[in-house]
Amino acid sequence: MVYEVLQSHEMCTYYDLEANPGIQLKSPKPDQAFSFLDQPEIVDRLLAYRDEKNARVTFFLPQMHCASCIWLLENLYRLKPGIRRSRVEFLKKEIDLTFAPQEVSLREVVQLLASIGYEPDLHLDALRQKPARHNSTAFYFRLGVAGFCFGNIMLMSFPEYLGLDPESEPEFRRFFGYLNLLLALPVFFYSASGFFQSAWTGLKRRYLNIDVPIALGILALFGRSAYEILTDTGAGYMDSLAALIFFLLSGRWFQNRTYDSLNFDRDYTAYFPISATRMHEGQEESVTITQLHPGDTILVRNQELIPADAVLLSGSAQVDYSFVTGEAELVSRRKGDLLYAGGRLAGSAVEMTLVKAVSQSYLTQLWNHDSFQQAPDRGIAAFTDRLGRRFTIAVMSIALLAAGYWLWADSAATAVHVFTSVLIVACPCALALNAPITLGNALRILGRSQFYLKNTQVVERLAEITRIVFDKTGTITHKRGREAVQVEGQLSAEERGLLSLLVRQSGHPVSRTLAAWAGPAAEQMPEGYREIPGQGISARIGGHAVALGNAAFAAGQGCQVADVQGSTYLLIDGQCRAAFRMDAQYRPGLQELLQRLRQRYRLSLISGDHDRERGTLAGWFPEGADLHFEQSPHDKLAYVEALQRNGEVVLMAGDGLNDAGALQMSDAGIAVTEDADAFSPACDGILHGSRLSQLDRLLQFSRDSMRMVRMGLLISLGYNVVGLTIAVQAQLSPVVAAILMPLSSVSVVGFGLLTTWVLGRKMEAAQSAAPSATYK
Amino acid sequence: MSAIFVLIIISLIVAGGFLALFLWAVRNGQYEDNYTPAVRMLWDDDGSPSGKRQTTGKPDEH
Repeated sequence: MVYEVLQSHEMCTYYDLEANPGIQLKSPKPDQAFSFLDQPEIVDRLLAYRDEKNARVTFFLPQMHCASCIWLLENLYRLKPGIRRSRVEFLKKEIDLTFAPQEVSLREVVQLLASIGYEPDLHLDALRQKPARHNSTAFYFRLGVAGFCFGNIMLMSFPEYLGLDPESEPEFRRFFGYLNLLLALPVFFYSASGFFQSAWTGLKRRYLNIDVPIALGILALFGRSAYEILTDTGAGYMDSLAALIFFLLSGRWFQNRTYDSLNFDRDYTAYFPISATRMHEGQEESVTITQLHPGDTILVRNQELIPADAVLLSGSAQVDYSFVTGEAELVSRRKGDLLYAGGRLAGSAVEMTLVKAVSQSYLTQLWNHDSFQQAPDRGIAAFTDRLGRRFTIAVMSIALLAAGYWLWADSAATAVHVFTSVLIVACPCALALNAPITLGNALRILGRSQFYLKNTQVVERLAEITRIVFDKTGTITHKRGREAVQVEGQLSAEERGLLSLLVRQSGHPVSRTLAAWAGPAAEQMPEGYREIPGQGISARIGGHAVALGNAAFAAGQGCQVADVQGSTYLLIDGQCRAAFRMDAQYRPGLQELLQRLRQRYRLSLISGDHDRERGTLAGWFPEGADLHFEQSPHDKLAYVEALQRNGEVVLMAGDGLNDAGALQMSDAGIAVTEDADAFSPACDGILHGSRLSQLDRLLQFSRDSMRMVRMGLLISLGYNVVGLTIAVQAQLSPVVAAILMPLSSVSVVGFGLLTTWVLGRKMEAAQSAAPSATYK
Repeated sequence: MSAIFVLIIISLIVAGGFLALFLWAVRNGQYEDNYTPAVRMLWDDDGSPSGKRQTTGKPDEH
């Protein structure tokens, strides 16, 4: 289908670009699925810009994956006249489209994208006013200006370094001095402004962060140097000032480079659709789900999401709550039953009357909890900032003591000289760079193991964890559809063929799992196929009556079987031939992982699922570990909260919307997923499912990295002691300052990068050396 | 020796020019996406991917 579209526009070269440009086509949606895009208010919200002739829109296309994609998407204008221009930003998986609204509508653009396999990610959150995109331009400006001035000030300071005799050429010294002052002005007033702002904000909140001593050092450096240059009494320390600010900004740049394409802040609006179909006087109308009110009647089709708690009006419905509860089986509901929001309808379209607004429904209420209102940087302050307080106090007292001594022993001038020297030399450049650079590198190394963290603070928190809480379905087990089939009874090859043919007629998850298990289907035509929702399926195949269903269904077919919860029975000609049970399939290596983890951490399991697996799991978890089943999303949140009140530092590993509250509440919420681009609730880190068995090694690496941060701290404090010893003796010269500061920074940064690199190699070697995990 | 004053000022102006170029490049968005342009430049001017030039008719089975 994609090929046809492309061929008709002579774009077959697409297929030449890579041998296998294949995109997996998901079942294409019917055209009416996008009818909400005809509504003016939705269009207005989505468009970034619009005038008479042009409209601009940005879409997130998670399917984008190769160079061919870029080429195809940037040549969209050939597929549809009216599209003026399209630009792809590959790493963010975004496309920026300009089109002529008179010639082509937004809906047609989206339909075109969907028809070639790139359906835009359109969920409720797309309607929110987007926060102005993180503007890095100003930051690069500051960095560029600081770098430029740093290099030139160093050059202008050469005469001073070489010890040119200031007496013989006084005009040179003055000339270079004034040039240095001139070059330092933009550094001080522009590039360094962020540090002053941050220090000021900290002071206003009566909190001494690491930027306070930095700002003090910068002020002392600039004031002292400007004084020396203007009074012609010395060469000043402008080179140190520029170097300091350039290094600090580089450190910040390194720290802030995180994962562009990953989103760690999604809430339910990223999962819920934009629109719903409302029934109004017998007519269907497409409305945004924010416009839905209690009392409205809506129509929900197969595979659509129930947007708010509602009462079922139609006869019966099957709902897939797997993402909300973790329960893998379809839930049957009858007329008059309450349907909770977040479930996906399986089967024919049904009508329902809303009883709650979207944001007040059972599931979405989770986001009204306090833990979602707090600032994101809650809990443990960053390692460096915690040091800032003690550091500032220590430096200020040393500076005052030294100044007091020199005031008594010598003159006020020497006292001021010593006071500023102490502030200059103690300026915690190396200290401020140490943690961000070391942890920033650790973050990237963890990323290579498909463990993506939101920021460096998460590494710090991972090092402090005392308790690990696991969700079950989708986290320690594979997602549904990959369950292991347990069979009671022997089936001949022929019977397997019959079963296989029968289950291929149904879209029920159990049928799909059995179809994969049963193998090739019998080559016959099924006749009289019937499906009783929530019970079973039956058909006549080649003269045999074949039926598959639960115990009640089997009884209805005249066959009494022991009613074991969750079992499915196969009947051939009225005889029960086999019973199937779908067991969750645990991720390979899980048992070994739990063995290793229990030596250091307390472990818990908290599942929305029933407790059929309790026996297996109790053997794997340490004795007396908390194993909770049938927990609601709110229970999970409350459980994590209770642990934290007991002073535990909690890591929560979960995957679904039902874990969203617990993930948010925990000190480190890790979303386990097979596809980092797929929806995952708000979290601190995203871990690829196949790497879960390496969790202990990843945590070990975080702890080791934090140890390296502490060692780097010792090194930088060592430099400070040396510098302070010189400074309190009133011996600090610009050359010493200009050497000491970069030397300490470079050695601390080098130490951090090197050690984390070595540790990372060690961790990766341990991962690949781990015995190849086998499937249960 | 006074030539040094002139030379240093000239060198600063040259260096300032490069700074201005850098700032222009930042403002122009050249540091925002550093993957896609590398792919984009491989296409021919007519918009088709470079290398194998397409003759008429169907390509091989894909």
